[in-house]
Amino acid sequence: MAQPVTINIAATGRKITVPTGLFINNEFVPSIDSQDTIQCINPATEEVICSVVAGSEKDIDVAVAAARKAYKTTWGKNVTGWERSRLLNKLADLIERDAQELAELETLNNGKPVKIARDFDIGDSVQCLRYYAGFADKIVGQSIEVDNKTKMAFTRHDPIGVCGQIIPWNYPINMWSWKVAPALACGCTVVMKPSEITPLTALKLSELIIEAGFPPGVVNTVPSLGSVGGAALSSHMDVDKVAFTGSTVTGRRIMEAAAKSNLKKVTLELGGKSPHIVFESADLDQAANWTGLGILYNTGQDCTAGSRLFVQDTIYDKFINILVEKFKQLKVTNGFDEEAGAGPVVSKMQYDKIFSYIEGGKQQGAKAVLGGEKRPGKGYFVDPTIFVDVKPDMKIARDEIFGPVLAVAKFSTEEEAIALANDTSYGLGAGLHSNDASQCMRVSQALEAGTVWVNQYNLLNNNVPFGGKKQSGRELGSYALEEYTSVKAVHWNYGEKLDWPL
Amino acid sequence: MPETYVHKFDTPTFKGEISVPLGLYIDGKWVDGSSGNKIDVINPSNGKLITKITEGSPKDVDLAVAAAQKAFDTTWGLHKNGFERARLLQKLGDLMEQNADKLAALEALDNGKTFNWARTTDIDHSIRCIQYYAGWADKILGQTIETSEAKLVYVRHEPIGVVAQIIPWNFPLQMMAWKIGPALATGCSVILKPSEFTPLTALFVAQLIHEAGFPAGSFNLINGYGHVVGQVLAEHNGIEKIAFTGSTLVGRKIMEASSKSNLKKVTLELGGKSPSIVFDDADLEQAVKWAAFGIYYNHGQCCCAGSRIFVHEKIYDQFMQRFTEHTKSLKVGDPFDPEVYQGPQVSQQQYDRILSYIKSGKEEGATIVTGGEPLGQEGYYIQPTIFTDVKPSMKIVREEIFGPVCVVIKFKDDDDIVAMANDTIYGLAASVFSQNVTRALSTAHKIRAGTVWVNTANMLYPQVPFGGYKQSGIGRELGEYALANYTAVKAVQVNLHLNLS
Repeated sequence: MAQPVTINIAATGRKITVPTGLFINNEFVPSIDSQDTIQCINPATEEVICSVVAGSEKDIDVAVAAARKAYKTTWGKNVTGWERSRLLNKLADLIERDAQELAELETLNNGKPVKIARDFDIGDSVQCLRYYAGFADKIVGQSIEVDNKTKMAFTRHDPIGVCGQIIPWNYPINMWSWKVAPALACGCTVVMKPSEITPLTALKLSELIIEAGFPPGVVNTVPSLGSVGGAALSSHMDVDKVAFTGSTVTGRRIMEAAAKSNLKKVTLELGGKSPHIVFESADLDQAANWTGLGILYNTGQDCTAGSRLFVQDTIYDKFINILVEKFKQLKVTNGFDEEAGAGPVVSKMQYDKIFSYIEGGKQQGAKAVLGGEKRPGKGYFVDPTIFVDVKPDMKIARDEIFGPVLAVAKFSTEEEAIALANDTSYGLGAGLHSNDASQCMRVSQALEAGTVWVNQYNLLNNNVPFGGKKQSGRELGSYALEEYTSVKAVHWNYGEKLDWPL
Repeated sequence: MPETYVHKFDTPTFKGEISVPLGLYIDGKWVDGSSGNKIDVINPSNGKLITKITEGSPKDVDLAVAAAQKAFDTTWGLHKNGFERARLLQKLGDLMEQNADKLAALEALDNGKTFNWARTTDIDHSIRCIQYYAGWADKILGQTIETSEAKLVYVRHEPIGVVAQIIPWNFPLQMMAWKIGPALATGCSVILKPSEFTPLTALFVAQLIHEAGFPAGSFNLINGYGHVVGQVLAEHNGIEKIAFTGSTLVGRKIMEASSKSNLKKVTLELGGKSPSIVFDDADLEQAVKWAAFGIYYNHGQCCCAGSRIFVHEKIYDQFMQRFTEHTKSLKVGDPFDPEVYQGPQVSQQQYDRILSYIKSGKEEGATIVTGGEPLGQEGYYIQPTIFTDVKPSMKIVREEIFGPVCVVIKFKDDDDIVAMANDTIYGLAASVFSQNVTRALSTAHKIRAGTVWVNTANMLYPQVPFGGYKQSGIGRELGEYALANYTAVKAVQVNLHLNLS
């Protein structure tokens, strides 16, 4: 085990070699104490792609030790911001060079269309790395006037240290870059646990870490089950910080483990049940396009998916008709198909979960005006589904489905829309469409979400922070740096002598 | 059609051919100047002509301003978002890196600094400076500010517009990087006037800017004389801001021209007469080396040169002995000789000026401990020179010499030394040498200078701000601070529901 495998991509004729060992200290190695493996499945065909080594709790120990050693010797405060910048830029260049190959591997394991993986997932990731490369030599603290005669005080923004990073399967490469870039820019070292469903691109990216010239131990990659590797990182006594993106349920466990172990810093990007509001003055055609993007992009497997749609009663019938037509236009098929606008959902487990919500929706009295039926044949394909007459207490209105299933309800006043939108335990994203500028301002101020989109949806930018209300921390933008730095205040006496006794 | 000049190098440190365009670079094209005149470019190591470059005229400036404004309104400014501007600057940094040796050779040929110094300091620093500002391009942030729930208030940091940048001959490429880095990062359109003495690296880099893909008009280069092109830039009503590095004398002219024309924003990096203070508890060996570096680096042609060296009386004799020995050991000679520390001064004019200061020092009664003479039969070489027995009123103590000439002054009192160090119209930099941190920091905090070095000298980094107190300048370059020179702050107040009755 731990030998690279060669994967044939039938659709493009490309052969990709993928390392299958654990990436520790710039080497791919077998597990130190376990024979377990993880099978990677192609969700479009349900076939096994290959197997990779499954990291154990002891492997996490080894990786953390490697990260700690690098932090103390070749990384951390031992490397200049300029050098960190240089290496991150080099990594970005390499990913850009290999974009097509990485995109095909991403599609094979995750299902998303190749051109979206390449131009968006990977394009954004390259830009993210470059953005944080630009910050690496700009980590500044404050010098603070206390008393000019006696002392000076200043702050240092030191790297936090060894960071455990646990990423999900919906945007494997993109989530990898969001985590790795700010951590490395600040001088932290990383133990990355990619999702056990989609570990392949994280392993392939590890090869580029070597090629870019990062010292051994700075980035380590340990594919592992969440309950094994994720749990081990969260409770590890020598991990200074854990960053997690995934479900709220798991997020709670991570925070609990951190509290019970060494009070490590925790940042969490969790789920959402984001409201999407269409007011009567909206450009209906555009609003329908953005609504489609909001729930169908990435086949609805997006934490900010606009999964609850609220339409003003005066335009309801008209809008729903437009929406249904738009949704029908999206081609949901194998990601290697040039025409694909969305692929299969990532796994059998997700597929079953989504359909159980669909069945539940029907049973609770919602009406499916589009989709809601299983397709024959192989592959975890879920067709765009629109439920109308959804009541706020239905499960499809309260729970995160993480699929292309939209729950629609009507409203008449702006106040009602806001109340309905905010009636959720989540607070990640929200969107509204209106041509009334004051309404846009009022409603965007009132919506309780970490990101509010006005007359668009879903589009993020690397320099704009992202995160949720009722969640911890922010990613992207300059804000992400705060999650990877530890502030030390230095008080330097140069003029005061202390009298004793007091 | 403007020509290119090809220089063939066959030296111990660099061999090869380098081609340099000789025209003006306006609106994305190489053009002849409208006057048809040329400026001689002289090799300071032998006084001979290298080549002739096109001289820009006021008409050329008008064309450049129009091109710069057009780019700003259509393809540059905020029409290229921060990520795109970052990418272009990164590409430029990459291209400079690929051509690093050539740039060093050109700089050594044109300016007279050694190839080794050029390669390891000037060129490296310039590349890092461009890379540093590339990193800022997508991070130009303003604030959102709470006033009341009835309003949304936010601040935009917009690029100023068309900016003129006039750079000196002492660090030609490095000064270009300091200027264009933040200006292009923020989205300003640039008109650069290199020094007429040292235009070659700027011309070479203009080609790289073109190759990197900057839109036509976003960067323009006009060579010419300060009193012609420089004056026109300072007076031009179509230019929103001017940045100048050079002498205090010319700095005043620029500020005056701005005030008389359109009140364009002005930043100035001017002269200095920086003190190096060696306390009796300094690490003597290190203090000698750093103090020497502080004055002799770049042949003393540094605005921040530590040209007044104050030494505590307790260690004065030991310091002088070692400092003199060290000074005598510095090899002066051909810039392309790997053993040489110091090449020629940049021009006949500077050479004459420095020698005249040395003459005045002798006439006013100071003692020359070593040096004081020119060297060689051709070129502008001057020996590293130490003056002692000076009085505060002497010209060599008050005025900026800009050559490898220092004055060494004895002192005994900690408070008095601060007064002596601050007794100058300048305030660019200072060095303090002491092993006692309390003494070092207290002194450092009392000196009126924009950069104070403790137990070091002359070290600059792209991320650390640099600029002058008093008549050494206005504004700061480098670091995040430079961005303020190229952005205009606009507050936007949006009324949500505050109705007038």
